[in-house]
Amino acid sequence: MTNNSKIHKTDFLQGNIACAEGAIMAGCKFFAGYPITPASEIAHHLSKRMFEVDGTFIQTEDEIAAVANIIGASWGGAKSMTATSGPGISLMQENIGLAVATETPCVIINVQRGAPSTGSPSVHLQGDILQSKFGSQGDYQVIALAPASPQEMFDFTIKAFNLAEQFRTPVFILSDSLVGHMREKVAFPLQEELVISERKKLDHYQGIHQKIFLDEDVAPMPIFGKGLKANITGSTHKEDGFRNVSDPKIMDHAIKKLTNKILKHKKEIIEINEYETDDAEVVIFSYGLTSRAVLETVRKARRSGIKVGSFRPITVWPFPEEEVEKLSRKVKIIIVCENNLGQLFPFVKSAACEHCKVISLPPKILGTLYDPEEIFEKAKEVI
Amino acid sequence: MVYIDKEACKGCGICISVCPKNILAFTKDLNQRGVPYPMMIDESKCILCRNCMIYCPDFAVVVKKDDK
Amino acid sequence: METKMNHPLQKYFRGAINYTTCPGCGNGIISQAILWAIEELAMDFNKFAFVSGIGCSGWIPSPSYNTDVLHVTHGRAIAFATGLKLATPDMKVIVTAGDGDTSAIGGNHFIHACRRNIGLTMICVNNQIYGMTGGQVAPSTPYDSKTTTTPYGSIERPFDLSQIAISAGATMVARWTTFQARQLRKSIAKAILHPGFSFIEVISQCPVQYGKVIGKRNDAVDMLMDYKNRSISIKKARELSSDELKNKIIVGEFIENKEIPELTQEIKRLRKEALSRCQK
Repeated sequence: MTNNSKIHKTDFLQGNIACAEGAIMAGCKFFAGYPITPASEIAHHLSKRMFEVDGTFIQTEDEIAAVANIIGASWGGAKSMTATSGPGISLMQENIGLAVATETPCVIINVQRGAPSTGSPSVHLQGDILQSKFGSQGDYQVIALAPASPQEMFDFTIKAFNLAEQFRTPVFILSDSLVGHMREKVAFPLQEELVISERKKLDHYQGIHQKIFLDEDVAPMPIFGKGLKANITGSTHKEDGFRNVSDPKIMDHAIKKLTNKILKHKKEIIEINEYETDDAEVVIFSYGLTSRAVLETVRKARRSGIKVGSFRPITVWPFPEEEVEKLSRKVKIIIVCENNLGQLFPFVKSAACEHCKVISLPPKILGTLYDPEEIFEKAKEVI
Repeated sequence: MVYIDKEACKGCGICISVCPKNILAFTKDLNQRGVPYPMMIDESKCILCRNCMIYCPDFAVVVKKDDK
Repeated sequence: METKMNHPLQKYFRGAINYTTCPGCGNGIISQAILWAIEELAMDFNKFAFVSGIGCSGWIPSPSYNTDVLHVTHGRAIAFATGLKLATPDMKVIVTAGDGDTSAIGGNHFIHACRRNIGLTMICVNNQIYGMTGGQVAPSTPYDSKTTTTPYGSIERPFDLSQIAISAGATMVARWTTFQARQLRKSIAKAILHPGFSFIEVISQCPVQYGKVIGKRNDAVDMLMDYKNRSISIKKARELSSDELKNKIIVGEFIENKEIPELTQEIKRLRKEALSRCQK
C-alpha cells in the first residue's frame, strides 16, 4: 500500500488504517501496542506492515509497557508509535510524563471512546482532551492534533511524527471511535512530496556536561549506541542530564525551559482551520469529529444569508489562546461544539476574555452527534 | 600493596571482614565523614587476593601488585 | 598507604566514583561485579546501555556509569529496555532494579520478559525490603517481618524471584548473595554473553532498612557473614528436606538454555518472511 510509484494513489480506507499508513510514510519503524477497542485495527495493520518496512512490531503485556517500549525504542533512534483508547491513556500517564521530562519524541494515537471507566468501547466521545494535557503529574506541555476524517488520520499522523521529531516531545492524535472506524477516500502523496522531519541529534560526545536537555530551541538528542554516553533520567535534571532535586533555582529553571520549548514555538506548532470567519457574527468553535457537522452548518447558514463561521483548531494543544482572543474581538458570539461535557469550553471562554459571549450547545455527550440543523438553529437563535 | 582512600571510606568494615589473613584493621583516626577507616597492619602477610578491593562498596580500596 | 590510587574500574565512571549509598550497602559490591565482568570480557563499554528502575539499585548505573544510561519509572525498566533492545539489537542492554521494582509494581513486565526471551541481562538487587522509601514490606520480605508497613509482622509469604523467572521461561537464571562476589561476577559475564533473557538475583544487604528489621541495623558485616552461613549450593539443596531448607539461601546457576530463539532474532526472521511475501 505504500506509494512507491509515481502515481498518486488513492484508496478507500478506514480511519485507523489510514493512520497506520500515515505512520509508515512518516518513517515509523517501531510500534508497540495493546489490544483495545476501537484502536486495535491500527495494531492489526502494523503487525503486518512494520515487518514489511524493516521495522518492529510488538504486542505488549499492557499499555504501560507499550508506551515504555516506544520511549525505549525512541532512545534507540527509532520513530515510534503506540495506539490506544481512553483507558489505555489513563494507564500510560506516568510514562507519558517521563517522555515529556526526558524530551523523547514519540506518537500516541488515542481513538477515544465512551467513558468514564470501561464505558462504551465502540462509541465516540471527545473524552480525553483534558487527559492528554493534564493526565500526568505536574505542569507540562504536549502537542495534540484532532483529525476529523480518514484523510486527516493519515495526514495528521505524519504531522504528529514531524512535530514529535522537531520538538522532542510526545504528540497525541485525538481521534475517536467514529473517525477511526469510518471509511472514506484517502489520497496518498508521493514519498518525495512529503517533508519529513528528523530529530536534532548529538553527533559526537561532548563531555560529561554536554547539553542534551532544556533548550527552548530543542537540545540535540544523544541516540543510544553511538558512544554518546547519554545520561537520561525522569528525575528533575539539568541540561546535562544530571539530576538535581535540591537547588530551587535549577529545578525552577528546568520546568520553565521544558515548558517554553513548546510555548515559545506556538506559532510554528498551532494550526487552525478558519472558514468564513472574516465577516462572521457567530463563530462555532469545534475540533475533530464535531467539526464535520459544523462545516455543514456554516454552509447551510451562509446559503440562508446568515453570517456564521467555523473556527476549528487542528492543534488542540497547545491551546490557541491568542488566536481565540483575536477572534473574540471581532465576533458577537462563539458557540463551542464538542462531544463531551465541555472540556475545551473553559479555555475558549477564558481566552475570549469577555470580548464576546461564549456559549456551548446543550451537550451531546455519549452516543449522539450534533446535527447541523440543530447547530444552525442555535446560531440563528443567538445572532 | 593495598591503598585505601580514607575519605571515600564509609567505615562499613566489610573489607576487614573479608580479608582471609586478617591483616586489615580500623585505625584510631576518623576521616572527614567522621567515621574510622582501615589500614593494613601487616603487609608481609598480604596474598593479593583482592577481596578487600572487590568487596568495598565505595571503590575505596585498590590492590596493586608492587613492581619490585 | 594513604596515597590516592586510581581504581582500576575508574574508566567506567562518568566522574569521580561516588556512590551516595549507605555505609555497607550491597549496591557497590554488585556494581563492582558488573564492571569487573565487563572488564574481563574486554568489551567496548560504549556498546552497553543500562536501564534502571526506582530505588537504590537504580542508582548503580545512573548517572555514574560512563555509557548510555536510562533511569525510568518504578517497575518499568524492563519495558523500556525491551523497546531499546528491539531498536538497537546489537547493544548489550543491562537492567538493574530492586526486588520491589521487579516483583511488585514491575511483576507483569518481569514475567513477560522471561517468556519473550528478550536479550536483556536483568540484575535484580534483592534486599528484601523497600529501602529508598523507608523500610516498607516487599514481596520478598520473609513472613512475620516487622517493617514500617507491617508493624504486627507481615502476613504474606515472600516470592522466590528466581523460581518465578524459571517458571516464566527465563533461559538463564542465577542467584548469588553479595558474599559470593566472584561467582556473581562470573554469572554476570555469562549472562552478558547469553543470547536470551538472563535473570541474576542478588541477595544484597540493606544495613539501614532491612538491617533494622532483622535486628542488625547498620551491621553490614554481620549481614554479609549471615549470607555466607545461610548460603547453600543448588546441588546440596537437592539433598535437603524443605524443613532443612528453611532459612537457607539457595545459590548458583539454575538454568542456562541457549536453544530458545531470542526475540530480536525472531523479529529479524519475521522481516525476512514479510519481505519474501511481498516479493511474491
